[in-house]
Amino acid sequence: MSTTVTPERVEQVVYGALESFGADPSEFSRTVTFEELDVDSLDLAELSQIAEEEFGVPLKGADVKGIRTVGDAIDLIVIRAQ
Amino acid sequence: MSTGRREVVVTGVGAVTPLGAGARTLHERWSSGASGIAGGEAPCADFDPLDWLTRKEVRRADRFSQLALAAAAEAVADAGWDDEPPYPRERIGCIIGTGIGGLNTLESNHEELLERGPTAVSPLAVPLMMGNAGAGTLAMRHGLLGPCFGVVSACAAGANAIGAAARMIAVGDADAVLTGGSEAALTPLARASFTALDAISKTGESRPFDARRDGFIMGEGAGALVLEDAAHARARGAQILASVRGYGATCDAHHLTAPDPDGAGAARAIRAALADAAIAPSDLVYVNAHGTSTPLNDRSETLALKAALGEAAYAVPVSSTKSAIGHLLGAAGAVEAIATVLALRDRVVPPTLGWEKPDEGLDLDYVPGAARPLEIGEGERILGLSNSFGFGGHNAALVLEAA
Repeated sequence: MSTTVTPERVEQVVYGALESFGADPSEFSRTVTFEELDVDSLDLAELSQIAEEEFGVPLKGADVKGIRTVGDAIDLIVIRAQ
Repeated sequence: MSTGRREVVVTGVGAVTPLGAGARTLHERWSSGASGIAGGEAPCADFDPLDWLTRKEVRRADRFSQLALAAAAEAVADAGWDDEPPYPRERIGCIIGTGIGGLNTLESNHEELLERGPTAVSPLAVPLMMGNAGAGTLAMRHGLLGPCFGVVSACAAGANAIGAAARMIAVGDADAVLTGGSEAALTPLARASFTALDAISKTGESRPFDARRDGFIMGEGAGALVLEDAAHARARGAQILASVRGYGATCDAHHLTAPDPDGAGAARAIRAALADAAIAPSDLVYVNAHGTSTPLNDRSETLALKAALGEAAYAVPVSSTKSAIGHLLGAAGAVEAIATVLALRDRVVPPTLGWEKPDEGLDLDYVPGAARPLEIGEGERILGLSNSFGFGGHNAALVLEAA
């Protein structure tokens, strides 16, 4: 578990996860939506698991529902980790 | 199938087997005497899922579904389907058999559970390991909206799937069905269990019906067939490879793993398939045996063939695909039905590789040595039988006729 949770570090982990899900890294940005990346609910369940493992932040169903863009996810993880 | 029901035809086939990718690869390499068995097992060693699937599809599919997706892609292309299938999607079903399902997924996630705890288990564990994942994944890939489910009857699953698919078309529940079987169980757990059952060959040889046979060789792979209502297929000018003429399915209700020693259940399945096809035993020109290379199966199957076919059992050539690719478990029935279709179509009887030493009472024509031409008389029908039997006492027999 990382001791300092910076937005840069979270972005790096989230981008890495998205790439492993099969999304195209050339499309990655804070504003792109998960729908545009073809990232679905099963991928988000895996992303939640990765966030918990890396940053100790559990993201449950209700949290994930409000997430639309990659930036939303990064911000949520950063806020929860503080 | 008999009157009052629609005729069912095979318009496309696809396979990934230890002999390589491709249904014709299987047929041609087996017929030439090639074997996919090495080191006591028969893996699909050259199979790279990324040759067939996107990275996302690979992540969303256990190896057994990956093999099924590759076989199905070939079958659908062979049937001349493109991205838009030839019938309304609601009228196309998908039935895929498997013995065990996503065993690789189950084992790797169980390892995570034991080593790192429950939070390390992937959300994909259940959807990838479930036995119906093959059927669901294929339906999603090809957009098939009709009846869809998995068939689970151990080593008879591929044949039961084809039988169920043919029935579905025959009675009008669907106009086409993507069907077959898939298995990827070359895992530590399956290997250990089959070894503990003393079912696997210690010599590492698959020698069906030979006196020295001492168990089966575990293999992996997938077979897929596109079945269509004959009238629909003809109307669209489809390639017609064969007709599914008969299907018989029974249970031994005798023992969880051992076959009925007299082969009575298997004989009833064969008789039922012949009756369904409305043919006599002497009409068969080829039998593709279950022929596992286990002491018990090959004896009881021989008895079953004699009981069901009578004197005709001694005249018809009987060979086992497992002599070349080992036992593909839940995929075996589908892959072997495809091998039967292509053998009948090419008028070739592929051999039982490794057969040299006759066993007492096992006295049928097992086609030793090399393939031989299938001599077809003027006006004679080209009818073959494909047998599949599974742990649990499941027996399935298919009668196929070359177009």
